[in-house]
Amino acid sequence: MKIKITIPVAKAKEIARLQALKLSEKTLAKSSAANSFLTDIADVVLFITHLMKETFSRKFELREFFHQCFLIGYKSLPLISVTGTIMGLVLTIQSRPVMVRFGAETLLPGMVAVSLIREMGPVITALICAGKVASGMGAELGSMKVTEQIEAMEVSSTHPMRFLVVTRVMAATLMIPLLILYADALGILGSWIGSNIKGDVSFVLFFSQAFSHIGFVDLMPSVVKSFFFGAVIGLVGCYKGYNAGRGTESVGKAANSAVVLASLLVLIVDVIAVQITDMLGK
Amino acid sequence: MKTEQTEPTEPIVPETPKKAPKEAVIEINNLYKSFGTLEVLKNLSLKLYDGENLVVLGKSGSGKSVLIKCIAGLLRSDSGTINVYNQNVLAMDRKELDEVRQKIGFLFQSGALYDSMTVRGNLEFPLKRMKEHLKQKEIDEKINVALENVGLLDVIDKMPSQLSGGMRKRISLARTIVVDPKIILYDEPTTGLDPITSDEISVLINDIQKKYKTSSIIITHDIECARMTADRLIMIQDGEVYEKGSLNKFEKSTDNVIKSFFK
Repeated sequence: MKIKITIPVAKAKEIARLQALKLSEKTLAKSSAANSFLTDIADVVLFITHLMKETFSRKFELREFFHQCFLIGYKSLPLISVTGTIMGLVLTIQSRPVMVRFGAETLLPGMVAVSLIREMGPVITALICAGKVASGMGAELGSMKVTEQIEAMEVSSTHPMRFLVVTRVMAATLMIPLLILYADALGILGSWIGSNIKGDVSFVLFFSQAFSHIGFVDLMPSVVKSFFFGAVIGLVGCYKGYNAGRGTESVGKAANSAVVLASLLVLIVDVIAVQITDMLGK
Repeated sequence: MKTEQTEPTEPIVPETPKKAPKEAVIEINNLYKSFGTLEVLKNLSLKLYDGENLVVLGKSGSGKSVLIKCIAGLLRSDSGTINVYNQNVLAMDRKELDEVRQKIGFLFQSGALYDSMTVRGNLEFPLKRMKEHLKQKEIDEKINVALENVGLLDVIDKMPSQLSGGMRKRISLARTIVVDPKIILYDEPTTGLDPITSDEISVLINDIQKKYKTSSIIITHDIECARMTADRLIMIQDGEVYEKGSLNKFEKSTDNVIKSFFK
């Protein structure tokens, strides 16, 4: 049996109008999101272009660069020392029983050294630095933006991009690889401490075994990717801080998003670096 | 309190009526500035004469701060001209703008003191950047003089976080005058201060004008500050010049918008 439903023309027109309105609202929302995404991309491109231009300008802020190197490098030493030592210690304590079971205990120093230098050292240290350095930069520059300190600098004939951003990005690019090498060294030391908890290995023997397994192909890619980690951390921290909004809330947001984005980009750079190393290895 | 003021085209000092009008150090013509679809400044024109204090009044969001940020080249206007000592700021490259900025001092609403530096560092920073030829001894001397002028020489080695709001404002003012600017742009100099400290800042503005022979634009909605410092006033409403003239003209105005400020 068929049921015939009749709707008055006026009501049908109203329903059609409301549906069209909903559709247009959805379209506008999507278009606004797409616009915002494209604007963000354009902002990043402009920021990097400006940064490059200022980096290669004649007046480099050497004094501020050294100050930033001190803050990023020296001030991070206690944290990186603890992290590096624990990395080696834990890796050794976790791996030792398995290595003993397979009768490969003598390979333990080499295994720990290679995994620390190739992967764990750079990535974990970079992630720690993303937390400490990128958030610090994001919060500091964000707070300077909110309190008009960046504008005050500009009216004092100082280029804020050159003084604040270039120095920080360059310092991070230089100091983070050094911190990573330092963490690697302490990681191997931690591994020796770990080996001595349940065994008795001399310091010299342990280190000579560890270094006998490390070659140029282990060290070089790790050092190269460390520079990229440093650049990414500096760049993200500064970008988020420099482009913070107006209120105090935006300082927290800048610091938070700097950590999240820098950590994510460190991992992405690592994947790309591993792929490139793998391709070059073949 | 200042005596009755005059119109821009008239002599500024009433006692010398035959004296020719002073030279305009800042001349703004048909200035437009928008942020997206929001028009902040619309066809705004004004002049700042040599040696005068021009107070710009207006409600929050009327475009007062945007105006002085355009003058200092911190914001780029959409159209119009801003001439500072007959040089159009909008047509300048960065180097030329830096040269003009040597003549302009800017007192920010928040003080904008560098948190990571001591008071001495805050004053040293612009001096070392803008007056590169100065020796350390001369820099120290200038810092001491600027701090003495704001009455805060004893806090020279303190950090900004150790200072009160009024002290921060004074130090910020010292940082502005330490480079001997010819023009000072004050962005709400008395905002967030108690009435006594506000009056002290207003007195300081007048003292600095006399001592350093500066011309100033004072952005404010503090009527007491306007009364104490103004040689001439301009009111901005919705990005346009709503009224301009002497303090007397504003105080006697029957216009409701102006009356709401001066009640």
